[in-house]
Amino acid sequence: MPRNTPEIPNASMADIAFLLLTFFLVTTTMPNNRGLSIALPPPPLEIPPEDVKIQERNMFKIQINSSDALLVEGEPRDDITNLKEEIKIFVLNKGRNPESSDTPEKAIVSFKTDRGTSHKRFIELLDIIQGAYYDIYAEQAGVSNAKFREAASDLSVRENREIYEKGREGIPLNISIADPSKVGN
Amino acid sequence: MAKFKKKAQVKQEIPTSSMPDVVFILLFFFMITTEMRETTIEVRQQIPRATQLRKLMKKGLVANLYIGEPNKTAQYGKEPKIQADDVFIDTKDIVRWVNEKKSELEEYEREQITIALKVDKEAKRGLISDVETELRKANARKLLYSTLEDTKLNQN
Repeated sequence: MPRNTPEIPNASMADIAFLLLTFFLVTTTMPNNRGLSIALPPPPLEIPPEDVKIQERNMFKIQINSSDALLVEGEPRDDITNLKEEIKIFVLNKGRNPESSDTPEKAIVSFKTDRGTSHKRFIELLDIIQGAYYDIYAEQAGVSNAKFREAASDLSVRENREIYEKGREGIPLNISIADPSKVGN
Repeated sequence: MAKFKKKAQVKQEIPTSSMPDVVFILLFFFMITTEMRETTIEVRQQIPRATQLRKLMKKGLVANLYIGEPNKTAQYGKEPKIQADDVFIDTKDIVRWVNEKKSELEEYEREQITIALKVDKEAKRGLISDVETELRKANARKLLYSTLEDTKLNQN
């Protein structure tokens, strides 16, 4: 048995590892590929299409002006905590209340902003509108809201597609994001 | 006296032999969860928060557009600008940029391209809607407003 066991000095190992760690911390970023997903309408046509008449009762109007103030169904609104529930009731009215939508297929949530509206406010409201629809879908599919969104993100799995189709059945995602008006810029 | 002497000889060092292992585990964690920076973002990016997030699964099909106030305000002014890859582009260049991005993809997946809009909180809707109109012309109609998860509102 040798008296001096040969050893690689490992005192500096931690320093080397720290250097590598710092290098990776500096040169990499956390990937963020999550957000609110929407589908844009087809390209604008040269000849504007004929005006489609939509009954007033089938429209849920949300407008935001250039100073981020909110108008819901023509009424000014500060508190937006109940808005999600109102949209849900509107979409699922199915003709019960004559003031509200006929069927979920016909119900449209119309969302109009101004050129001066901030992106933050836009996202806040879009989040509420989409949340209302996802809640409805999730309930119809019998899963939680988070589970439904997860399923909708990856439709290549058969199980997910079943949840998605069951949730979406008979209720299209009718969110109309209108071209902004031109008061502020 | 002998008793006290004994006590004074107790080692008071923190054992450092496992330090490299700990650091290596940290290193591997960061290597796996993060990705290399591909572009240097030259616009302000304070991403808004939302709750109803969806995740993009196919990362290869995503093209990023960054919109916000330029970091170098002295050089570029305070008006929000659009950054694609490493350069600022104008709204009229978007169609060309989308076609460029599409040509990098396989032919069968070109129509599935998703544009991730990473927009600063304070940017105005006017500019963003101009971008959207151009994207419609370029037939890239899948859009994602990049947001962070809002954990505060998530209870309900």
